[in-house]
Amino acid sequence: MAAPGVEERAAFADAMALLGALIGAGIGLALLLGSRDSGMAFHGLLFMLAGLLAAAFILQRSFDGNEPPEASNDYMDGPIRVATIAAVIWGIAGFIVGDVIAWQLAFPALNLDLPWTSFGRLRPLHTSAVIFAFGGNVLIATSLYVVQRTCHARLPGRWAPWFVVWGYQLFIAIAGTGYLLGITQSKEYAEPEWYADLWLTIVWVVYLLVFLGTLAKRKEPHIYVANWFFLAFIVTIAMLHLVNNATIPVSLTNPKSYIVYSGVQDAMTQWWYGHNAVGFFLTAGFLGIMYYFIPKRVERPVYSYRLSIVHFWTLIFLYIWAGPHHLHYTALPDWAQTLGMTFSIMLWMPSWGGMINGLMTLSGAWDKLRTDPVVRLLVVSVAFYGMSTFEGPVMSIKSVNSLSHYTDWTIGHVHSGALGWVAMVSFGAIYCLVPWLWGRRGLYSMRLVEWHFWTATIGILLYITAMWVSGITQGLMWRAYDKLGFLQYSFIETVEAMKPYYMIRAVGGLLFLIGALIMAYNVWRTVRGDEPVDAADQPRIAAAPELRLAPAE
Amino acid sequence: MKHEVFEKNSMLLLIGILVVVSIGGIVQIAPLFWVESTIEKVKGMRPYSPLEQAGRDIYIREGCYGCHSQMVRTLRDEVERYGHYSLAAESMYDHPFQWGSKRTGPDLARVGGKYSDQWQAEHLINPRAVVPESIMPGYPWLAQTKLDVEDIAARLKTLRLVGVPYTDEMIEKAKTDLAAQVTPDSRPARELLRRYPKAKVGKFDGKPGNEPTELDALVAYLQVLGTLVDFTSFDASGPNAR
Repeated sequence: MAAPGVEERAAFADAMALLGALIGAGIGLALLLGSRDSGMAFHGLLFMLAGLLAAAFILQRSFDGNEPPEASNDYMDGPIRVATIAAVIWGIAGFIVGDVIAWQLAFPALNLDLPWTSFGRLRPLHTSAVIFAFGGNVLIATSLYVVQRTCHARLPGRWAPWFVVWGYQLFIAIAGTGYLLGITQSKEYAEPEWYADLWLTIVWVVYLLVFLGTLAKRKEPHIYVANWFFLAFIVTIAMLHLVNNATIPVSLTNPKSYIVYSGVQDAMTQWWYGHNAVGFFLTAGFLGIMYYFIPKRVERPVYSYRLSIVHFWTLIFLYIWAGPHHLHYTALPDWAQTLGMTFSIMLWMPSWGGMINGLMTLSGAWDKLRTDPVVRLLVVSVAFYGMSTFEGPVMSIKSVNSLSHYTDWTIGHVHSGALGWVAMVSFGAIYCLVPWLWGRRGLYSMRLVEWHFWTATIGILLYITAMWVSGITQGLMWRAYDKLGFLQYSFIETVEAMKPYYMIRAVGGLLFLIGALIMAYNVWRTVRGDEPVDAADQPRIAAAPELRLAPAE
Repeated sequence: MKHEVFEKNSMLLLIGILVVVSIGGIVQIAPLFWVESTIEKVKGMRPYSPLEQAGRDIYIREGCYGCHSQMVRTLRDEVERYGHYSLAAESMYDHPFQWGSKRTGPDLARVGGKYSDQWQAEHLINPRAVVPESIMPGYPWLAQTKLDVEDIAARLKTLRLVGVPYTDEMIEKAKTDLAAQVTPDSRPARELLRRYPKAKVGKFDGKPGNEPTELDALVAYLQVLGTLVDFTSFDASGPNAR
């Protein structure tokens, strides 16, 4: 039995959590009744319902008395399971929207002439769904999993980790429905309006505290390298979010706000944010995944400790300077453009340092690339990371950028990073996590992972090659002159020329989506508890830790 | 110094990270707010009229920036295709900026005055009616939706808070000015033009009546883009604030 002091503290935590949930519900009710904008009123309703559900959940848990202890260890894995499932669901939603807008570019009738299905509103829904909903949930799941295992400590707080996970889902729901209803501040990858931003700030601060709290409780003297990356990701995203979203709402019941910066300063601030959403959300965070899951899965130590130190500090120092390469030849002062280009090129080095550290971790275990498709997903993702971190510096060179900027080449580059690196490493991590978290002997089917790997890889290749061709074609057509010295093509001729590539791209996206659906089925069967169909083909490490020690028959 | 220091102390690691990631932003962003040459002064720039600003808010709401840039780069082909390269001053009242990052459609920095109001209205309702090869979505609902004018003064006031030089008079007359811009040849329209020189007054959506639609607002915004600075007398090397 727990000491009375512990029970008292738990009761206090429950009371505070309940109070918080009810205050949240009250604010939601106020917005529902007070806002003149129907979209914001709808968000008030969402907020109120979330608050009430949370209150009911807390009451039920707290009156249930002693909750059953987590299976066989003292780690807090409930919120991580939620985030893992959420990642799969949001990922599929984001891929579907992405493929829909890809088809819209080939066949504009698919916009349906309706506000909430038009490209302009769906595009931020796609980017936010894949980056923040899919990627964000993967990062929350993996970071909270890794920090507990590498610190040998349970997440602090009775409710805080639950709040982080569910609060984040609420943010996604508010942001996503907001775009469809026309509530946006138009800053790319920072579109949510002021009240969604405020909510995310609260969730994020609690996330940081939960993470730091676990580090503080650690029983290992050293903080493991993956956690450096996760910590840099959490802290830097907080800084970027706060600075870039500085805004003044028209009123507390009006969803519209105006950013405090204007023109050239706003452009610089936005791309400082935008590029480092790539650098810290989509890179540093996922490098944390690489540094834990690759060594764990192949059962080898990280290749070089020294390289990981150099990799870490140079990467986070250099990345933050790269933003101005989004603004070459614009009204941004030349000195800023040149700085942005210089640092972007230098960034190639730490990026490849990290890639080498990830790949060479396989030293002596390269055969696993053939035998374990989960390892293949993880390793191919690092290879794509290497490719796009080479392509990026090339595109940041001003003379290359004059051709590539504003074209589909940029879209292709983003997707070689997002699909090839971020999504593939996420899939690898999810395939590792699901049997571990649900205490299964392995994945339901390795054959299905194999299928997922190949459909996704072929999809990515179709996608990025189509975008290279269309981007470079369009860039060249824009600047082509005829014999008399006039521009050779009207703009609309360059649009027409894109059509076949837009169709190939949409097919590539469809393949990628099919791969993700295969994963969802596999995850569902594994979670449900179905015995692996090909247990003999699965490595020892695929099983949950408590099942790994069982003697092999 | 041994790296152990950071690995054994989460607070030091946190502080180390914060210091390292702050430097780039401080060096690149902060000077833009106080180095005067960042935005060279130029004659002609003024805040958006209430109708133009309302149109801008619709442009943002519909996500137009996803496919259209508003930034003519200093490249020969762009200047020949779109007009004079964009000046920093031309977006100094833009909260937030709309320079964009992708040209699925053409740049719009200087689209003002290039097409008639009627063309713009028809094109927005059904792009393929005027440009058969276009892949732009249609926006027919803009023509059917009355513009929400109730909070326009509050919007201008908020913009003044973030630095747009709206006067008390402009804010007080915001609603009248908004209606005046779709009421050509009237006294309120003349007053509007005194406050907002070069504003285009007209029945943008081609329909009678003084209650502007969202289409009116959006076309009014598009028609002012890039028209405020007179480039026939602009001298790239000299002071232009005369």
